[in-house]
Amino acid sequence: MKVVVCVKQIPDPATPYTLEPGTHWLTRPEDQVLDDTDRYGVEMGLQLAQANEGTVTLVSMGPAGNAQGIRQALAMGADKALIIEDGELRGADALTTSRVLAAAIEREGFDLVIAGTESTDGYSGVIPQMLAEHLGTPALTYAKNVDIGDGKVTIDRQTDDGYDVVATDLPAVLSVTAGVVEPRYPTFKGIMDAKKKPVEHLTLADLGVETSSDQKVTSITEAPERAAGRKVEDDGEAYQAIVALLEERKVI
Amino acid sequence: MVSVWVFIEEVDAGPSVLGLELLAKARTLGNVTAVYLGTGSDEAFAALGEHGASSVLHADAGDRLPSGPLAAALADRVAVESPELFLFGQAYTDRDVAGRLGVRLGVGVLSNASDVRLTDAGVETDHEIFGGSQVATASSSSGPFLVLIRPKSFPAEPVGGDAPSVVTLELPDVGYSEATVVESHVEEHEGPQLGEAAIVVSGGRGLGSIEAYDLVEKLAKLLGAASGATRAIVDAGWVPYAKQVGQTGKTVKPDVYIAVGISGAMQHLVGMKDAGTIIAINKDPDAPIFSVADLGIVGDVHKVLPQLIEALENR
Ligand SMILES: Cc1cc2nc3c(=O)[nH]c(=O)nc-3n(C[C@H](O)[C@H](O)[C@H](O)COP(=O)(O)OP(=O)(O)OC[C@H]3O[C@@H](n4cnc5c(N)ncnc54)[C@H](O)[C@@H]3O)c2cc1C
Ligand SMILES: Nc1ncnc2c1ncn2[C@@H]1O[C@H](COP(=O)(O)O)[C@@H](O)[C@H]1O
Repeated sequence: MKVVVCVKQIPDPATPYTLEPGTHWLTRPEDQVLDDTDRYGVEMGLQLAQANEGTVTLVSMGPAGNAQGIRQALAMGADKALIIEDGELRGADALTTSRVLAAAIEREGFDLVIAGTESTDGYSGVIPQMLAEHLGTPALTYAKNVDIGDGKVTIDRQTDDGYDVVATDLPAVLSVTAGVVEPRYPTFKGIMDAKKKPVEHLTLADLGVETSSDQKVTSITEAPERAAGRKVEDDGEAYQAIVALLEERKVI
Repeated sequence: MVSVWVFIEEVDAGPSVLGLELLAKARTLGNVTAVYLGTGSDEAFAALGEHGASSVLHADAGDRLPSGPLAAALADRVAVESPELFLFGQAYTDRDVAGRLGVRLGVGVLSNASDVRLTDAGVETDHEIFGGSQVATASSSSGPFLVLIRPKSFPAEPVGGDAPSVVTLELPDVGYSEATVVESHVEEHEGPQLGEAAIVVSGGRGLGSIEAYDLVEKLAKLLGAASGATRAIVDAGWVPYAKQVGQTGKTVKPDVYIAVGISGAMQHLVGMKDAGTIIAINKDPDAPIFSVADLGIVGDVHKVLPQLIEALENR
């Protein structure tokens, strides 16, 4: 079984994010990390590939920098990676991103495509669905549990107040929530092996995809700030301040 | 007149609250068609009319996962009727349908918008970024514009419109194997709905253990509040996802929000920072939650919460 996992590199969330003047695009340093959201997809892909004699290919679009985030996913155990990088893709909208990823996935071939439900830095939350439409497959979205057998895939699809059991035939696109599996930490051997794994770099011309975006960020403004409130150090009586405020707001 | 379509999912035999919020905005922009997904009924359609829809396209997907067939049917309709704007909520099925529809129509999707305006040049949308501390305004010029709006961006209010005309939207075969919903599970819960509650008490990792979440439930019950949670403790399996507040959970706008052992990460703040009054208990005086709190208690939840509960019980 051929599993393709979409993974995104993002600026380290522990660092403050900044926007580039003029374009308002997120500044992307050389050093980026694997989006935590995608560690779940990688782990799911590895487990399914292992149970079904499969391989895992990573597909990632964006400024690659030193590709450290991709190496993180390879170190977990993925077999190889495709990176699509092209100056024309800076500031790409969801439609363009999905076109590019779909073209790379088609070129690679697939039985199953796995993505996260929303990325940490972009959170458009529509890429997996768009991929499915490009690829002409069902999209089993928001999976919190996945089972595969006999060419069928069944998931527990998260809903607002519970979950639905949803099933379809392969090939298919899955989007997985955090908590679908517990992602493994790379071993020392995994990290060493990752250095030797194939990483292929592609451009737009290699894929023959046209960009389409007419979406622009025109301005950034400060949101009205909430007036800073009162801070009370607990000396054993601070709960009374809460009781008093609840009374004042007439909720008790 | 500008034509605006609104996607609305059925919940408990009627339009979802999110759908009604979108209608409230849509009717200020143009003539409104509701695309209604669900079993449908005269009462449900009448409710759409009361909230400003003049016509309804009704689709029932039965046990098919709706997004594929619905996007196919909508793409054909949109090509014929050319609405200028199509509003969706930032919600699961909405995202599935809008994403597929965008690909079919060859247009982008503007996600996570908190407001939308039609302009001479096209459409303009506002998006809260960096935990809601800044607002990015985006524009797009080639329609139809597909915009996903965050819940609670507009208040749902009836305007007393007439019953709308209703047309059935047939859902075609999509040509690839379809996904079917085999069974549905609804998690039982007590008290008010998290999304609609006037008071919300939420707990985070600072509670330290799943057992300590009982204190949150207890306080919520005493106040007639709904109980909520951060993603950290949902992922840890302490509470079901239905309780998650934030970017990937529920957006809440209660009169009072009490945050217990919650750091106040960006993704949590966007889901609750518009509450009327925010009270936070956290032992770290520098926790970001204090930057939005009207009252911040720097203290240990295991001390403050039991005292608070006892004081309320003794009233
Ligand atoms: C794409 C994406 C989407 C996300 N969506 C969401 C979302 O929808 N909702 C959400 O909540 N998060 C979301 N997150 C996660 C978010 O970034 C944070 O990780 C999460 O909100 C942290 O939860 P927490 O406050 O419970 O835990 P922590 O950040 O670990 O904070 C625990 C707090 O408890 C305090 N504390 C510890 N012990 C005590 C004590 N004894 N008494 C008092 N205080 C104590 C600590 O000082 C600390 O501030 C998302 C993340 C990503 C990447
Ligand atoms: N540039 C990208 N490269 C690879 N995968 C991506 C990219 N953008 C989005 N994805 C995938 O799509 C998911 C949803 O992303 P988004 O639609 O940006 O919220 C992510 O979790 C990734 O799995």
